[in-house]
Amino acid sequence: MTLDSLLFQAINGLSSASGLFFIAVGLSLIFGVTRIINLAHGSLYMMGTYIAYSFATKIGGVIGFWGGILATAIIVGCIGALIEILLLRRIYRAPELFQLLATFALVLVFNDMTHWIWGSEDLLGPRAPGLAGSVELLGRRLPSYDLFLALAGPVVLLILHFTLKLTRFGRLIRAATQDREMVGALGVNQAVLFTSVFALGAALAGLGGALQVAREPATLATDLIALGDAFVVVVVGGMGSITGAYLAAVIIAEVKALCIGIGVVNLGGISVNFSKFTLVAEFLVMAIVLIVRPYGLLGKPQGAVRSIAEPEEPIRAATPMLKLLAAVVLGLLLFLPVLAQSSPYLMILGIDVLIAVIFATSLHFIMGPGGMHSFGHAAYFGLGAYGAALLVKWLAVPMGFALAAAPLVALAGALLFGWFAVRLSGVYLAMLTLAFAQIVWAAVFQWEGFTGGSNGVIGVWPKPPFNQGWAFFLLTLALATVAVLVLRRVLFAPFGYAMRAGRDSPLRAEAIGIDVKRIHWLAFAIAGCICGVAGGLFAFAKGSISPESIHVGRSIDGLVMVLLGGIQTLTGPIVGASVFALLQDTIMRQTEYWRALLGAVILVLVLAFPSGIVGAFSNLWRRWRGAS
Amino acid sequence: MSVLAVRQLSKAFGGVRAVNDVSFAIGAGEFLAMIGPNGAGKSTCFNMINGQLAPDSGAILLGDRNIAGMAPRAIWRLGVGRTFQVAATFASMTVVENVQMALLSYAGDLYRLWRPAAALHRARALELLAQVGMQDAADRPSRELAYGDVKRVELAIALANEPRLLLMDEPTAGMAPRERNDLIKLVKQLVLERGISVLFTEHSMDVVFSFADRIIVLARGRLIADGNAAAIRENTQVREVYFGTGKTFADGTSQGAAP
Amino acid sequence: MSAAMLTVEGLSAWYGAARILYDLNFEVGRGEVVALMGRNGAGKSTTMKTIMGLIPQREGAVRFEGTDIARMRPFEIARLGLGFTPEDRRIFADLTVLENLDIGRQPPRQFPDGTPAPLWTPERLFALFPNLAEMPHRLGGRMSGGEQQMLTVARTLMGNPLLVLLDEPSEGVAPLIVEQMAATIVELKKTGLSILLSEQNIHFARLVADRVYVLEKGQIHWQGTMAQLADNLEVQRAYLTV
Repeated sequence: MTLDSLLFQAINGLSSASGLFFIAVGLSLIFGVTRIINLAHGSLYMMGTYIAYSFATKIGGVIGFWGGILATAIIVGCIGALIEILLLRRIYRAPELFQLLATFALVLVFNDMTHWIWGSEDLLGPRAPGLAGSVELLGRRLPSYDLFLALAGPVVLLILHFTLKLTRFGRLIRAATQDREMVGALGVNQAVLFTSVFALGAALAGLGGALQVAREPATLATDLIALGDAFVVVVVGGMGSITGAYLAAVIIAEVKALCIGIGVVNLGGISVNFSKFTLVAEFLVMAIVLIVRPYGLLGKPQGAVRSIAEPEEPIRAATPMLKLLAAVVLGLLLFLPVLAQSSPYLMILGIDVLIAVIFATSLHFIMGPGGMHSFGHAAYFGLGAYGAALLVKWLAVPMGFALAAAPLVALAGALLFGWFAVRLSGVYLAMLTLAFAQIVWAAVFQWEGFTGGSNGVIGVWPKPPFNQGWAFFLLTLALATVAVLVLRRVLFAPFGYAMRAGRDSPLRAEAIGIDVKRIHWLAFAIAGCICGVAGGLFAFAKGSISPESIHVGRSIDGLVMVLLGGIQTLTGPIVGASVFALLQDTIMRQTEYWRALLGAVILVLVLAFPSGIVGAFSNLWRRWRGAS
Repeated sequence: MSVLAVRQLSKAFGGVRAVNDVSFAIGAGEFLAMIGPNGAGKSTCFNMINGQLAPDSGAILLGDRNIAGMAPRAIWRLGVGRTFQVAATFASMTVVENVQMALLSYAGDLYRLWRPAAALHRARALELLAQVGMQDAADRPSRELAYGDVKRVELAIALANEPRLLLMDEPTAGMAPRERNDLIKLVKQLVLERGISVLFTEHSMDVVFSFADRIIVLARGRLIADGNAAAIRENTQVREVYFGTGKTFADGTSQGAAP
Repeated sequence: MSAAMLTVEGLSAWYGAARILYDLNFEVGRGEVVALMGRNGAGKSTTMKTIMGLIPQREGAVRFEGTDIARMRPFEIARLGLGFTPEDRRIFADLTVLENLDIGRQPPRQFPDGTPAPLWTPERLFALFPNLAEMPHRLGGRMSGGEQQMLTVARTLMGNPLLVLLDEPSEGVAPLIVEQMAATIVELKKTGLSILLSEQNIHFARLVADRVYVLEKGQIHWQGTMAQLADNLEVQRAYLTV
């Protein structure tokens, strides 16, 4: 590799940086003013590419291409305004997590909608009229369109910067970023401000997506990839800082370009292909920045979010009623294999539900009492599953050994990732946990020789007698019961109290000698370890494990389960996981558009049951008792 | 022998000297008030003593140990209790659990994973609550308490580690005058019984003049006066930067209703 | 007392299930300074936020210049000429003094009888608050508590209000600043502005207020002129002080 080729890659990197900037800057602006992380931002970007493709191919020519790009930005901006008016306006006062879920529901709906309109084939747009050629640079040919993109980013940055600095609209955005309620009390119509900021952010995403039309094909996988990129850029640059977003976009794009530029290198006899590490490199940059500057390069510490969720009741030991109920449910479950003799599917369903219960209960442990909203719980599920499966594949260990090792592998991962994660809070923690889960996923996906890459590991079948559905079900039931009881016991022990103390008031907790970070770190590790049990069981239940089953979707499923049950109750995750797993296995798989269906379910849930199923019932119960 | 001695303490933020070469000491059992205009450096000074901030230079001697730059939790373990300007309790716990939490920490029980916490140290926690007059509310959720009662619970928490020194940041902020006096009387009685020294900041001059043994005054990051109530009241520099004419706080000197 | 600018009838408010205000009735006349007094937690701040539309769960009638504002949103209320200065100041820390003032800017306004309301510009406000004049480009977050207190009042005045809700202007600032605030309120009254003040400090209230409503646990327990309250040690003892 020569200096010239490195320099060439660096310039090429700047055009990628512009792309990253367009995705991230809108997310950052929207978050600043509305305090909502718009998970559907990647979907807006993706739709931008598709819409621009239609303009460029249906109308064609200069007008179809360049006019189409502008029209796309406007159309996507209007979609953004509609999202704000129809959905977000109803949930500004809801807890942060609900807002995240609602926007994730949109991701699912938009993905199926795009699929329905444009089909599942990748669509490559035409070359840009007027910029189809290339320029000679350092003895290589650089497409002129890339050069145009490299310049487009800084131009938009400058326009945005001066808009924020010099116009009243910009001042209002900056003021609302700090205290939107006060801006309203000073006579500014927040609704209009919010809608216009959302439309602006969406239009920028649409523009970014549209500009890619001449460079990359439109695909249905773009939404989550773009979202992941946007997260990294925003977190590295600092929430709400547009200059930070550009800076971060440049750093990340250059690190990636460097990885590609270095290519295959011989390190002490082992040849390492650096160009395969781009995904990992991106998340490593993020991890490093967050450790050195927890609020990003140009970000500021977040003011405490004015929480409107009702405060939690003190935890109480289980009432005799609840204990009886638990015993009855357990009894019924023990009896289930007898009932299921005629329908083996019932056993599979039961196993899925129980694995979901372990997964959701362990997530709730850190989310509820710990206050750490992890968006990457799939990582520990994946570590458990792959840990067990790879031990079987490479060392042919017995099932008992593999199942025992699963939580230990997950524990090791949770100890490592948790150490970083507990240094942050709120949305930053959510994004970092998501990034770590992406690292695990990327490692599994890219390390083909060891993990089987996209094919995964197959042939992980349980040994007799557990190859019988009923026996594996009973094993799963036993482990799930133990996991739930252990987590519950810990919550009632001094450690669980200390964990809640650190969540309720970190300042007070530190002032009475509690090392909050350490407590939360260990809690994170415990949750990861228990989650590993679920992963191990999953691998044996399915006989295989693939990257697909540990993708970001699984992390989100966990969140839906916990919120479905209600985060403030200890029984909530059990109910939520059961309902979700049943729904997923029975109804969802019946239709091709199950994503949209799941999205609709989430939206109904968020809008109708803001305190979850168990929460809604206990509210009803309280009201009923209060009335009589 | 002083319980706490602050020596030449300084701290700057972006070129502005928030605290500039401040020295003072607190004797055993002394009730010392720190007053001064907003932005005088009181909070900065306070936060360096309790470990929230690390000083740029200077020493903070607790007995003969320099605690400058130590973490809040380490300073707490050396016997420094603390209350906050905006009372902070654990909202998801009952009143008695709040006090138990401090006792669990003091006893080194935090990492116990198995025995239910509800029964641990409960008797001692109830005893502490009785001393601040809150035993009847022991099993109520702490978030339901009136603000004045939260302040009392906070006091019980602060006494859990049998401190030598109590740091109170605006202990009566947000309370009505009668509640203020009741709370400070209670604090005074409790610390006298135990021989605890108290350093507090306060804007209510009625409280300061009625209860402080000694007063130190900060202005623009510097210590400008150190003395008893009478001396501070008469100090012309303090009048100029802080008290004004006194008509908004001192009964008797006010000149009637609106002009 | 002149015709009422603000009339509150049967006002109640809730935080979740907890009822905070019970059936409040009071009014503020044009050019009047009225103090809501009572202990912390008596409901003074909640009353102000409820009038301003910041507490969603509310009942009862609030009339401002004859318009029922009880169901309006905060920005609509502000645009009628009702200014709000919150207890915790809520200065925009990343904006300069001038930018903070700009956020509060609203068009000139008239009283119902056609007389123009005082028109505020940054220059006029700098004359009223000389401290602010020294730092037009300072970031809000870099100001002392007393300076922020002045800025929050100035920012509200930029909306050319007819009536200002002033929440605890003397809380948590040094006696010297409290005195300046009192002088400012007296100045503002002279311009014809009406003020509803919440206050715990009777010494301060005596310097500025015409009439007083005493609140306790979300209910009005006493009302009268400032002079009557000053003489009524029984009420002072029961609801306010020593």
